Amino acid sequence: MNIGVVTFPGSNCDADARYASEITGNTVHALWHKDTSLPASLDVIILPGGFSYGDYLRTGAIARFSPIMEEVIRFANGGGYVFGICNGFQILCESGLLPGALIRNENLSFVCKDVHLRIERHDSPFTNAAATGDVIRIPIAHGEGRFTAPADMLAAIEDNGQVLYRYCNAEGAITAEANPNGSLNNIAGIVNAAGNVMGLMPHPERACEPLLGSADGLHVFHSLARQCNAMVA
Amino acid sequence: MKTYTAHIAVTLRRAILDVQGKAVEHALHSLHMPGLTNVRIGKHIELHVQASDQESASAMIREACDKLLTNPVMEDYTFTLHEGEAA
Repeated sequence: MNIGVVTFPGSNCDADARYASEITGNTVHALWHKDTSLPASLDVIILPGGFSYGDYLRTGAIARFSPIMEEVIRFANGGGYVFGICNGFQILCESGLLPGALIRNENLSFVCKDVHLRIERHDSPFTNAAATGDVIRIPIAHGEGRFTAPADMLAAIEDNGQVLYRYCNAEGAITAEANPNGSLNNIAGIVNAAGNVMGLMPHPERACEPLLGSADGLHVFHSLARQCNAMVA
Repeated sequence: MKTYTAHIAVTLRRAILDVQGKAVEHALHSLHMPGLTNVRIGKHIELHVQASDQESASAMIREACDKLLTNPVMEDYTFTLHEGEAA
């Protein structure tokens, strides 16, 4: 599978995203925010975490107008898989590829710690290597990760089954205490209505080595590989 | 062409909990100012507009707000416009 990882000015998880893509057997293409075309063979584009453009104005608001984003939007609208992690999720919301917005954490603090997530459905390109109800532990590191959306938009997201990950406790229960940032309905990760664009606030690419505490993030990369291989077969 | 100065106020939509506003409100109350409530924190953007008249200047500001300066999913905005440059 061919994975492109975009680097914006201020990205700081692009190397981790490339590493996680590599160790799961993929060919990795480093993409630059000023690129105006994409490698023809691309299966997946990752928008990595970081602080693109210093988070000026709003998180993701300026990166969303980078030259490469026009190509990313075209790629997504053509059915290509796009995965935004943390700041990448914020960029996807700003660009309109995902519904909702990510705003200042409820406790006003930057939160950097491991959290538990419950996988809400495994019939998606991003989670098919896991099982619905699985509880995983991966890190978060954000100050603006509180998912919000107007009531009607939130209802549509829930009714369409677009929530793939929720913050939970170690037992998998969705509780207020397990919600690290005040996200509506404990939402940590969603897909678009078509199912080919995902945003996730926690960092699976930072949880790919057991030696470093968790390899629970690998399932996203394995899922995408499985999805793309199935399409080729 | 005339030069106008715009003052744009951006706030979180009413339906969204403004946690910064809440924190500031608590601080005001702890400073014995209980009469100050409903604090909303936002941002202020000032810019110059080159336009032929007030109407087209307003239209340019609205376009800028809708496209870049605000996110309609989470924010509302108001603006004032006057002829001349900011002092």
